[in-house]
Amino acid sequence: MAAIDTTIIKDTPASPAAAGDYEYVIESKDLCLYYGKTMALKHISMGIRANSITAIIGPSGCGKSTYLRCLNRMNDLVPGVRVTGSSTFKGRNIYDRDVDVVALRKQIGMVFQKPNPFPMSIYDNVAYGPRIHGTRNRQELDRIVEKSLRQAALWDELRDRLQDSALSISGGQQQRLCIARCLAVEPEVLLMDEPASALDPIATSKIEDLMRVLKEKYTIVIVTHNMQQAARVSDRTAFFLMGELIEYDNTRKLFETPSDRRTEDYITGRFG
Amino acid sequence: MEHRYLINNVGIGLLWVSGCITVLSLLVIIVYILAQGLPVVTWGFLTQNPASHDRAGGIFATIVATVAVTLIAILVSTPISVAAAIYMAEYAGDSWLTNLVRFGADSLAGIPSIVFGLFGYIMFVHYAGWNYSLLAGGVTLALMALPIILRVSEEAIKVVPDSYKHGSLAMGASKWQTIWKVVLPTALPGIITGVILGMGRAVGETAAVLLTAGSWAKVPGSVFDPVRTMTVHIYTLATENLSMKNAYGTAAVLVIMVLAITLTSNYLTRRYIKKLGGSR
Amino acid sequence: MSEYSFTGKPVRKVVEKVIESSLLLCALSCILTIFLIILFIITQGMPIILKEGPVDFVLGTTWDPYNDIYNILPMIIGTFVVTLLSLAIAVPLGLGCAMLIAEVAPYQVRGIIRPAIETLAAIPSIIYGLFGLIVLVPFIRDYIVPFARDYIAWMPLVGDLVGAKGNGFGVLAAGVILAVMILPTIISISEDSLRAVPRELREGSLAIGATKWQMITGIVTPAALSGIIAGVVLGMGRAIGETMAVLMVAGNSPIIPTSLLSMTRPMTSAIVLEWNYATGDHQTALFAIGIVLLFVIMILNLIIYLGKRKKLNVARM
Repeated sequence: MAAIDTTIIKDTPASPAAAGDYEYVIESKDLCLYYGKTMALKHISMGIRANSITAIIGPSGCGKSTYLRCLNRMNDLVPGVRVTGSSTFKGRNIYDRDVDVVALRKQIGMVFQKPNPFPMSIYDNVAYGPRIHGTRNRQELDRIVEKSLRQAALWDELRDRLQDSALSISGGQQQRLCIARCLAVEPEVLLMDEPASALDPIATSKIEDLMRVLKEKYTIVIVTHNMQQAARVSDRTAFFLMGELIEYDNTRKLFETPSDRRTEDYITGRFG
Repeated sequence: MEHRYLINNVGIGLLWVSGCITVLSLLVIIVYILAQGLPVVTWGFLTQNPASHDRAGGIFATIVATVAVTLIAILVSTPISVAAAIYMAEYAGDSWLTNLVRFGADSLAGIPSIVFGLFGYIMFVHYAGWNYSLLAGGVTLALMALPIILRVSEEAIKVVPDSYKHGSLAMGASKWQTIWKVVLPTALPGIITGVILGMGRAVGETAAVLLTAGSWAKVPGSVFDPVRTMTVHIYTLATENLSMKNAYGTAAVLVIMVLAITLTSNYLTRRYIKKLGGSR
Repeated sequence: MSEYSFTGKPVRKVVEKVIESSLLLCALSCILTIFLIILFIITQGMPIILKEGPVDFVLGTTWDPYNDIYNILPMIIGTFVVTLLSLAIAVPLGLGCAMLIAEVAPYQVRGIIRPAIETLAAIPSIIYGLFGLIVLVPFIRDYIVPFARDYIAWMPLVGDLVGAKGNGFGVLAAGVILAVMILPTIISISEDSLRAVPRELREGSLAIGATKWQMITGIVTPAALSGIIAGVVLGMGRAIGETMAVLMVAGNSPIIPTSLLSMTRPMTSAIVLEWNYATGDHQTALFAIGIVLLFVIMILNLIIYLGKRKKLNVARM
C-alpha cells in the first residue's frame, strides 16, 4: 500500500509543499502500535488539518500520548515498539524505510508534558535547533532567538536575562521557552503532549492564548487530559479509549452532541 | 525485656566504636605522615634533584616524573574510556556485548597492579622496545585508569535525564548531535570526576611503574627516558634505608597531592548532583 | 533533491554510523586489554609451570632461584594467611561502620565518615607501606612481641598460633595494614546494599516492636547479604593483589608462615622483590606467579559478576 502512495506522490509537481496542497497535513491510516505483543494502538485512522488545533482526549493509558509520539516517530526510542499501517506527513508515509527521522522531526516539533529546557542559557536553548541545523552566523541567531521568543510571548519577560540559566525561570516560562525552542527551527507542525499539566492555572491560560496565536502559522496537535482545555482551544477533537479512536469530530459537535455513547460517558464524567 | 534493650545498646555502641576506629585510622595515618614529612618540605626540597645517591637533596625530578606519567596516562586513557562510556550508556542497550564490556571493565579494575606491571613490561618495555621509560609507564597506567574513568563517566552519562535527550531529538537533532551538544555538557562534571579519580590512581601507583618506567631519578629529556616517580622514590628511600627524612618529605607531598585530588572530585560530584536536582 | 525534505539517505546517516562504530571500538578495547593481559602473562609464565610440573609448582615448598627450583606454595600460603587475617579484621569493622552510617548515625556523621572512607581509598599503597614500616612494625616489635612472649606463649594452641618471636615484620603487620586498605571497599559496598533495602521492611520490623539492633541484624542485614558478600569478595581481591604495602611490612622470607608473628612473602611481594635481579628462568617464574594471581583474581571477578547477574534477574522478576 505504501508503495502505491509513493508513486502517486512522486508524480506531483515539486513545488514547495504548502500545507494547502493536501486535505490533511498528517493522516494516519490503519495505524497499529505494539509494545512487544501488546497492541497499544488499534487501527487508528484520522487526518489532521493544517492551521488548526486538534485535541486528543481520553482517560490515562488510552494511547493518546503514544499516538502523538507516532506522528514524529519518537516511539522509535522505546525498545520493542512496532508500528504497522501508515502515517503520512504531507502525503508521504513517514514509516517508509528511506525516511530520515532526523529531518522529519525538524518539521514536526514536539513540546513535552514536563518542561525540559536544556541545562544551558536561555539564549542557547533557543539557538540550539538552528545551530544543530547549521546556522552559525551570530546576527542570524540573534534574530531567530528574538523572533522565536516573541512568538512564544516571552521576549518582554526575558530579554534582559538571555544569558541566565534556563533552569532559573519559572515552570510556565520554561514551558513557553520549550515552545520557543521548537519554533526556532520553523516546523510546520507542533505536537504538544499535555503541555500544561505541570503548570498552574495562570501559566496554563498563557499557553492556551499562545496556541490560539500560533495556529495562524502552525498546525497544532495537543494531547490533554483536561476536557475544558480541549473544548476551549481546539477546532477538532479526537476521543481515544483503550487504544482505539472512538470518535473524531468538530470540537463543538463532539462535546455537545457526541454520537458515541462512550464519548458521552467520558465527557459527562461518568468514567475516566 | 531489659535484656533486649541491653543488647541493643551494646550493639549500637559497637557500631559507633567501629566508625570511630575507621575515622581514627585515617586521621592517625595522615597526621603522622604530614607531621613527619612537612618539616622536610621546603622550597629547596621541591626544586632540587636528589643528590649523593639519593641520601640528600630534593625530589624535583620525581615530581616531574609523577606529573608526566600521570599526564600521559590521562591523555591516552580519557578519550578511549569516555568514548567507551558513551557507547555503553547510549548505544549498547542491555545486550550481551554490554555485559561483556562491563565484565571486561570490572575485571580490569580488579587486576592487581603488579600484574599490570608484568604486562606493561612484556608489552611495552620488551616487545614495543620502549625500554624502561616514561612512555611505557604512562601507557601502562592508562590501562589501569581506563576502567575507573569508564565506569564513572558511564554513570554520569546515564543520569542525564531522558527529557533532555528527547527534547533534542524531537527537534531534529541527530543522535550524535544530541550526545555531543546536550548529553556530554550535562555530564561533564561527572566525567571530570572520573578523570580526576583516574589521575588519583596513576599518581599513587607504585608497583606497575616500577616494572615499566624504571627507577632513574633524573629529569627526563624525552618520553623514552626512564624515570622515578615519587612513589618509587619513597619505596627506594625507605627500603634501602637511604634517607628516612626524605622519604617522609616525599610522602607528605604525595599525600597532599592525593588529598587535593580527592577533595576536587568530591566537590565536583556534589555540584553535579545539585545541578541535576538529584538526591543521590 | 526530493520534494520531501525528510526522505533520502543523507551523508549524516553515514557519519552517525561511523561515529557509532568508533565508539564501539573503544568499548571493545577493555575486552582486548583483558585478553592481551591474560595472553601475555600466560605465554610468558607457562614454560616454568610446565618445566616444574603444575603440581610441583603450586604445591612444592622450595623457592630457590640459585638452583633453578621454583615452587611457590610458601607464597600462596603467605598470600592466603595475610588475606584471611585482613578479612578477619576488616569485615566486622567495615560491616559495623556500614551499619552505623546506613542505619544508626544522624546525617551529619555520615558526612564525616563518607569522605574519610573516600580518602582512605585514595591514599596510595606506598603511604600505607611507609606508615606500616615506621609505626606499625616497631610497635609490634616493642609491644606485641614481648607481650606475646610473656603472657600468651604458654597457652596451648593459641600460643603457637600467635608465636613468641619476631622483629615486628610479618603476617600480623601485613594483615593489619591490608585491613585498613580494604576497609573502604567493604564499607562503601555494604552501605550501598544496606541502603537499598526497602523502607517497608524496616518499618514492618520496628512496628512489631523490634529494637533497632534486632531490626539491623535480623531483617536488614540478611536482606542486604548478597551485596555485603560482593563487597567482601571485592575487598578480598584487593587484599590478594596488594603489593607495595605488604611488601614493606611482611618481612619477606620465603618460608611457610607458622604464626601471626612470623615473617612471610606473599606472591605479589615476591615479584617486585626479585624483579631487579631476575633473569631467564627466574624472570619467567615471576610471570608464572602472575598467572596464579591472575587466575585467582579472575575467579573472584567471575563470582562477583555472576552474583550481580543473579541479583538483576531477581530484581526483574
